[in-house]
Amino acid sequence: MPTALADRPAARTAAGPSARPPRRWPGRAGWALAVGVPLLFLTAFFVWPVLEIVGRGFLTDGRLDLGGFGDVFARPRTWRVVGQTLAQAALGTAGAVLLGIPGAYLLYRCRFRGRGALRAFVTVPFVLPTVVVGVAFRSLLVDGGLLGGLGLDGTFAAIVLALVFFNYAVVVRTVGGMWERLDPRAEQAARALGASPWRVLRTVTLPALGPAIASAASLVFLFCATAFGTVLVLGGRRYGTVETEIWIQTTQFLDLRAAAVLSVVQLVVVVGALAFAGRARARTERALTLGVPSVTAHPVRLRDPLDAVAVVVTVVTAGGLLALPLLNLVIRSLRTPRGWGLDNYAALGVPQDTLAVSAWQAAGTSVRTAVDATLIALVVGGLVALVVSRRPRTPSARRAVAGLDALFMLPLGVSAVTVGFGFLVSMDAPLGLPVDLRASPVLVAVAQAVVAVPLVVRTVLPVLRAIDPRQREVAATLGAAPGRVLRTVDLAVALRAVGLALGFAFAVSLGEFGATSFLARPQEPTLPVVIFRLLGRPGAENYGAALAASVLLAALTAGVVAVCERLRRPGIGGAW
Amino acid sequence: MATPSPRRSPDVRRAALGAATCAALLTLTACSATGGATPDATPGGAGSVTLVTHESFALSEGLLEQFEEDSGLDVQVVQQADSGALVNQLVLTKDAPLGDLVYGIDNAFASRALDEGVVVASELTAPAATDAAAYAVPGDDAGALTAIDFGDVCLNVDTAWFAEQGVPEPTTLDSLLDPAYRDLVVVPDPVTSSPGLAFLLASVGAFGEEGWVDYWAGLRDNGLKVADGWTEAYYTDFTAGGGDGPRPVVVSYASSPPFTVPEGGDAPTTRALLDTCFRQVEYAGVLAGAANPEGAARLLDFLLSDEVQADVPASMYMYPVSSAVELPDDWTRWAPLADAPFDVAPADIATHRERWLTQWSDTVIG
Repeated sequence: MPTALADRPAARTAAGPSARPPRRWPGRAGWALAVGVPLLFLTAFFVWPVLEIVGRGFLTDGRLDLGGFGDVFARPRTWRVVGQTLAQAALGTAGAVLLGIPGAYLLYRCRFRGRGALRAFVTVPFVLPTVVVGVAFRSLLVDGGLLGGLGLDGTFAAIVLALVFFNYAVVVRTVGGMWERLDPRAEQAARALGASPWRVLRTVTLPALGPAIASAASLVFLFCATAFGTVLVLGGRRYGTVETEIWIQTTQFLDLRAAAVLSVVQLVVVVGALAFAGRARARTERALTLGVPSVTAHPVRLRDPLDAVAVVVTVVTAGGLLALPLLNLVIRSLRTPRGWGLDNYAALGVPQDTLAVSAWQAAGTSVRTAVDATLIALVVGGLVALVVSRRPRTPSARRAVAGLDALFMLPLGVSAVTVGFGFLVSMDAPLGLPVDLRASPVLVAVAQAVVAVPLVVRTVLPVLRAIDPRQREVAATLGAAPGRVLRTVDLAVALRAVGLALGFAFAVSLGEFGATSFLARPQEPTLPVVIFRLLGRPGAENYGAALAASVLLAALTAGVVAVCERLRRPGIGGAW
Repeated sequence: MATPSPRRSPDVRRAALGAATCAALLTLTACSATGGATPDATPGGAGSVTLVTHESFALSEGLLEQFEEDSGLDVQVVQQADSGALVNQLVLTKDAPLGDLVYGIDNAFASRALDEGVVVASELTAPAATDAAAYAVPGDDAGALTAIDFGDVCLNVDTAWFAEQGVPEPTTLDSLLDPAYRDLVVVPDPVTSSPGLAFLLASVGAFGEEGWVDYWAGLRDNGLKVADGWTEAYYTDFTAGGGDGPRPVVVSYASSPPFTVPEGGDAPTTRALLDTCFRQVEYAGVLAGAANPEGAARLLDFLLSDEVQADVPASMYMYPVSSAVELPDDWTRWAPLADAPFDVAPADIATHRERWLTQWSDTVIG
């Protein structure tokens, strides 16, 4: 895209001899704090616990022992598991991208009634806990289920479909966010010169979207490669991945050596995907600057072949892949031993016979924990985004900033069980302090925040980067103090993205189950935990109540996303 | 100009308003977990005792509160994953124990807990302590682990399904090899599920070191389905679990049938096959290095008290070890125990568990 190729003004002004005012950093102390606080957080609650537990696997009697690598790689199963992980992730990514691109077009380049609701709806799967999705998905696919005839239950295909189900939204949002900002003039010019719509798509639009697509693809690859519950519930150990293998070796066999080796293997895969994502994103974020805040959407025209294809693909995907399992969940939640009714929902109000809390109370706990997690994630993620959005002049400082960005993405790719077990062995006296955090509700919020921080960074950062540095310079020249520059320029522009980040961090924390399920918990369980416990008991009432609680969780999530969705349009938003 | 002046943009104002509303809502919803509830900051302190247990721990409302009132102790409950993972977590945290008392170590993992020294013996005064002694882990002469409850993991069949289809119900482990039961059985994976492991042990007890692998190869060839956990097997694959699955034979508990009494009906629609069972015993023990070992011992006594023992069937779906309490009516009618469950010595389990699981995986999962 020609406009995107124009150079970054920042680079020019910085290098050029222009009458640039002297830099006015808000003081070294301020930036040190902005870097220090997130680093301290990540070190204390991620790097240190992970090193503690992985370290145990590599230390024998206090000496470093890397013999585990030889042993683990000598097992044929290891190679099969690594191969399966890569195959599942690759296919899941391909599916999400192929289906997601038409979805991105329809939801961000076209206008129609209910678009906002549809955008919120496609996001729900991304934040549903796997326990729920397992029930919803498998009961469709099992013999005698609505789609039982397809023979998909327990197959590789079922896992890939579920991975697409979870990650479709990532592609739609990342690519869509970019697409709606894309300057339509290049496409119009190509059309005017006689190119067919397909040719324009192939030669103009898709190349321009390339970085966004690559960025989304690597994120999805990351999520797919580290999928855990989905794989176990839908495929069992037959289709084990590196992640499920780490879980089994750690929790069931206490083979920390094998788990540590596998963690390193996973880290290598993850860092590879992140490096790819980082490069792709760098290009996305540079191109963004010149995008015209969009008024690019047009009403859906079914006669236009592009629109028609987008509508068909999206209807099939949203209706078949996304809606069917969710609808199945709702329908089943309405079924009671006495026929159809709301009994299961009524049961949510009373403490389940053996759970001391009702589902509503648990939902309250979930919301409160999510508030904590969101606040932590916003502060930490916001600071990271702020620091990373700056482009220091020295190459070494630039590399440091890029490194910081990558570092905070790692929690998305490191096994939840590694982090959870790391917490167990390191949080009895965090940073040497005499506080046992392991049974504290604070740690649950912290664990959720660790997961949400990368999403906050990815949402806020592109917007901060899109701010023309000259605006800050102008403000500074006019005498604004550094803090004031931050407030009037950065914060004002980033506010909508912050709102969006808040929504996603909140929704992700609400449904988070993986990390918290490994943590010590006090008496107050969260909603996903209550669902899990209800499903762990026999009896139609428990089953029904679990389904109703799942619908409640899905509705809460969709509601939060929908509210934040309204903050988003029509201008710049995040690109995760 | 890439970005309009922030001051004048209505979008920004709306966004600011939205974000502020969102934040305000969040704050109003009830502050936060830490702000809302104020948990005891010093679990394990003088007046408090921390119980470390598995996901399935539950007592009827008020019981634990009554104990707190009577004893003056403040009880914290820390719930970890399932029983296998629980023991491993305790081993990992031996130097800084997660609490004072553990409940929920079962006989498949008891030897590991004893070998690793995560529990120590304590003085018990509850009358049911003598009943509990009957379930002591062989070799645990000091009595570091105290049995609290037990249950039989057995095949459950959907009697209604078999009656409808006119097929006779299977009765023994062997009968599942009959082609008549092809594609009818679902079991939870023993590596990822504790009832799954218990059923694997039943087969080891029944067919011995020599025969159990062949038995599973036969099951596999007869269309066995393996689910990830009990939940998936019972709710999704089993015909009578509520999920309308396709398979009428499932691994569950001898105490599951009372839960399948239909609304208004007077008999369950499922039955446990009592010749296919393995007895799971759940133990509690004071953790080595506990901050409050006396409090832990009192809590342990409380778990053996008549109140808790009588509550065990309804809240944890297990049978109490105490002979002094009465079972619920529907249990005496529809949840009888196996006369002679299959048995494998805990020491044998401890030595061979990993190898058995690997062999099982190689045979059944491939």
